[in-house]
Amino acid sequence: MTLDKDKKLSVRDWVRNGDPFIWINAAAVSISVVAVIGILVLLAVRGFGHFWPSNVLEANYAQPGLAAQRIMGEIVETESIPLEQLLSAGVKIETDKAFVDRTLIKQGNRDVTGTDFVWVIEDFIGDRKYPEAIMTIERREWGNFYGYLLGVKEQGQPVQTDDNWAEFQRRIERALDLHGQIEGIEKGAIGAINYELERLRLSERGLDLNKGLSSAERATRMADINADRAVLDQEYSVLQKQLAELYQQINRDSITAKAINGAEVEIQLAMVVHANQPNGMGLGEKAFAYLLKFWEFLTDEPREANTEGGIFPAIFGTVMMVLLMSVMVTPFGVVAAVYLREYAKQGVLTRTVRIAVNNLAGVPSIVYGVFGLGFFIYFLGAEIDRVLFEAALPAPTFGTPGLLWASLTLALLTLPVVIVATEEGLARIPRALREGSLALGATKAETLWRVVLPMASPAMMTGLILAVARAAGEVAPLMLVGVVKLAPSLPVDANYPYLHLDQKFMHLGFHIYDVGFQSPNVEAARPLVYATALLLVVIIALLNFSAVALRNHLREKYKSLEM
Amino acid sequence: MTRDKTTVKTHAIDLETMGRSGQALDIANEEISLSVENLNLFYEGGKQALHDISLDIPKQRVTAFIGPSGCGKSTLLRCFNRMNDLVDGCEIDGKILLDREDIYQRGVDAASLRRRIGMVFQKPNPFPKTIYENVAYGLRIQGINKKRVLDEAVEKSLRQAALWDEVKDRLHDSALGMSGGQQQRLVIARTVAIEPEVLLLDEPASALDPISTLKIEELINELKSKYTIVIVTHNMQQAARVSDYTAFLYMGKLIEFDSTDTLFTNPAQKQTEDYITGRYG
Repeated sequence: MTLDKDKKLSVRDWVRNGDPFIWINAAAVSISVVAVIGILVLLAVRGFGHFWPSNVLEANYAQPGLAAQRIMGEIVETESIPLEQLLSAGVKIETDKAFVDRTLIKQGNRDVTGTDFVWVIEDFIGDRKYPEAIMTIERREWGNFYGYLLGVKEQGQPVQTDDNWAEFQRRIERALDLHGQIEGIEKGAIGAINYELERLRLSERGLDLNKGLSSAERATRMADINADRAVLDQEYSVLQKQLAELYQQINRDSITAKAINGAEVEIQLAMVVHANQPNGMGLGEKAFAYLLKFWEFLTDEPREANTEGGIFPAIFGTVMMVLLMSVMVTPFGVVAAVYLREYAKQGVLTRTVRIAVNNLAGVPSIVYGVFGLGFFIYFLGAEIDRVLFEAALPAPTFGTPGLLWASLTLALLTLPVVIVATEEGLARIPRALREGSLALGATKAETLWRVVLPMASPAMMTGLILAVARAAGEVAPLMLVGVVKLAPSLPVDANYPYLHLDQKFMHLGFHIYDVGFQSPNVEAARPLVYATALLLVVIIALLNFSAVALRNHLREKYKSLEM
Repeated sequence: MTRDKTTVKTHAIDLETMGRSGQALDIANEEISLSVENLNLFYEGGKQALHDISLDIPKQRVTAFIGPSGCGKSTLLRCFNRMNDLVDGCEIDGKILLDREDIYQRGVDAASLRRRIGMVFQKPNPFPKTIYENVAYGLRIQGINKKRVLDEAVEKSLRQAALWDEVKDRLHDSALGMSGGQQQRLVIARTVAIEPEVLLLDEPASALDPISTLKIEELINELKSKYTIVIVTHNMQQAARVSDYTAFLYMGKLIEFDSTDTLFTNPAQKQTEDYITGRYG
């Protein structure tokens, strides 16, 4: 046999030497990597571009058959559409091109024009310019305002000033400060008083329900309650007065501005979140404005049916629920796995149970949601209410969807993963180590606690990692057991008992669904969907990374012996 | 390395230094520690692994079990500390007496029995803990947590296992970083820390290199003044070197049990002679 380098490799030889298989493997890995990176980049670009203060266009728009008009707004996107589509839509357009570009413009001013997004055809746009004086005002209601500043008013009277814009910014600062104070009183102090009043109401009702109480005893307790209530009412009226004062102050200022259609609009400064003149801003200023807006997105509460503002309650709710779920599922799963692997007699029954547990992982999550609603909420929750929260009835306390039940439902959903992973970990502990411990006079339980379980802890962490990944991304069952579109308060606050397991909460996954598909203003909401999705991915990744780091630490500590 | 050399030198096989005074050992003159009476052992499915075994293990002597693979020597050893309890479907018939008490009697707690009869396994199996914690493990199980007591016990045990000088500066390092021979001596230290009466050694040197093996053998020799030692080995030279008495098992049956000198020089059974002269096994 001669070695002939030029000889062509036959297909058979090529297959036999394993090259094609390597290529297939490599291709599979590359496709996965590209898919993951692609989706992250898509989410990042679509989502995070939204926070950039883009330039505001002012132009003429002369569509044949319609009166010419001035338009103003941010360019969102441009796309090509077939000519026929426009023609059949009744647009009179004369061109030989098969495709026409059209642009989506965010024109804001919903209170003036009725729609804040408008499609315009590129061919009819003329006289494009970007005047520096155009301002963008982000408002608490009615979305953005685009237009020119005319003047600043105090108590309805125009303020004489050389620099309207600077005066406007100064007064925004003041209004924001006042707004912060108002929020602090409303959410903080008054919230706490309301909470206390509700508790007093419940204890009063508790007195009514408690038949065994003597009338003298009841009278003294009732007096206590009334005394407390009087104090609270007193505090409340003081706060109310402060609040009225603050409202009066914040409503002092307003501005007048001109929208592009010529309408003059008066905007209360109490309604302004911030105002920019993006066309005149340098890169540094824009970057600062961008970070500011992004920070708001992370830390603020949502506004305007979730299409504006931040998503902090959703982030908080997601993390809170996942943590609670972890705390519930880990011990439960580990204990179950220990029984199955270490104590149960390995027979048909144990095998059946194991198969059943494995199959539970395949049950559609919505089924868990229904189970959670039926068993946890309507049965367990109602029982808890009947026994412990009788005073609050008929208003349910735990007999209604809430954080506890959502966490419990997800714990149930992820239980199989933890059990399977822990069982595998237990099975991998070398027999020699168990015997080593038993030979030193340890009982089976002592061996389990001191040797087996610590060594199996990395496997438990693996189970937990998988559970967290599954739970954080789950939405369907949550809609039944505790997630809401908008929760009035966070499940953790300064009122005893600080963690309110009965409260409903917001969740990033549901937020994506709500903002993306249930929103009244789809165009405004779309970038937020991308940004929220990316954030959800980031949070799941962070939760996972911390679990992985913990697992690696444990692995290093209990490095398995070569046996 | 230099230390290893000296160890080897001082460890030439010599009946005198090995403590065998030349005077003939006779089981009739010995105090008996463990006594096996008509022991039969069946594994799941009725497979009999030990057939009607009776023998006496003398106190503070080294007794070796030899025989070809699968002859039941390890199974017999594991009967002494009831390790076979852990095997599903394993049934035992007969008696094993420790100080005239049947260890298979109802009401005997396997865990407290194992405190009296320690065991070292074929492969070193230190726990993934520090050296210190490995040695202290058995004591902590007994609820001893005083640092002073533990410190003393750890040092004493490591000295007994001839390991103290090698590890005294890294007691709080992981035991998994030690060499195989050190790990095996650590396991011995861990076992002697709970001060058992009997030490069961299940081929303790089979996974070790020759130098570590010699160290273990030297150690066995030193430990026998305090403990009754039963060692399973497939290495006949090792049995001849370290043991006072030897039992030859074949196919689950005890073929011959006698003092090591007699068994190796003048076996009563043809099978024993065939085995020790290497005709099969």
